[in-house]
Amino acid sequence: MERVPILKVGDVLLISIQTDLEDRTALALQEDLAEQIVRTGARGVVIDITAVEIVDSFIGRMFATIAAMSRLLDARTVVVGMRPAVAITLVELGLSLGGVHTALNLEKGMRLLAAPDPGGPPGTMSGR
Amino acid sequence: MSDVHEVRVGSSDDIVGIRKMVRTIAGDIRMSLVDQTKLVTAASELARNIVVHGGGGTVRIERLTGPTGRTGVRMIFSDEGPGISDVDLALTDGWSSGQGLGLGLPGSRRLVDEFELDTAVGRGTRITVTKWTR
Repeated sequence: MERVPILKVGDVLLISIQTDLEDRTALALQEDLAEQIVRTGARGVVIDITAVEIVDSFIGRMFATIAAMSRLLDARTVVVGMRPAVAITLVELGLSLGGVHTALNLEKGMRLLAAPDPGGPPGTMSGR
Repeated sequence: MSDVHEVRVGSSDDIVGIRKMVRTIAGDIRMSLVDQTKLVTAASELARNIVVHGGGGTVRIERLTGPTGRTGVRMIFSDEGPGISDVDLALTDGWSSGQGLGLGLPGSRRLVDEFELDTAVGRGTRITVTKWTR
């Protein structure tokens, strides 16, 4: 099974997804990440999905799980680089990714994490 | 070149291969990028349903040419699992018999042009979806 590398950049952990993720790889990533957040004391997590061609409900749920888990471990998560076709498809699928911060690209995502935490997770008022 | 592919789906590891195959076929018939993405996402959801709820099954992918010359892709997802006892409920957003988000069936129905669900309790489920190029 492939494992997704987790890079440390300052106090941010950067995950760049470059392959079509198998379910097992996605589950392993969640566990690896939780361990790394605690080990490094990272305050932020950036998931770069620039290369990702599809996000189905399984992968979408992984983003939400990672965001919730990171929050419990005192780190914020931003998903960056979503392709337009992926965004259109996710909305039609019914997955709004409430609770997950997004930014258009890596640079904007890093800037978002550098800014002071505005408080609670996004989209918590609108249900899931 | 064969226009029909039939693949066995036994575990979640097979889903990546199905996504790749659907992507290739949709690209061959010059489906738009957005429609390709929708079709591949629907394939992923329905293939996962076979694994999670049907105990494995098969996916048949066909390239179609309609009477007016338009092209499309038809996918048939079959399993011999427990079947669906309440189809209306299964097609409702957010309802799930398992641990999922309950978006698989209603979500994939929105992503394709035609959606047909055939199921019998104790005998299995067959879902046929079609998407046409625009």
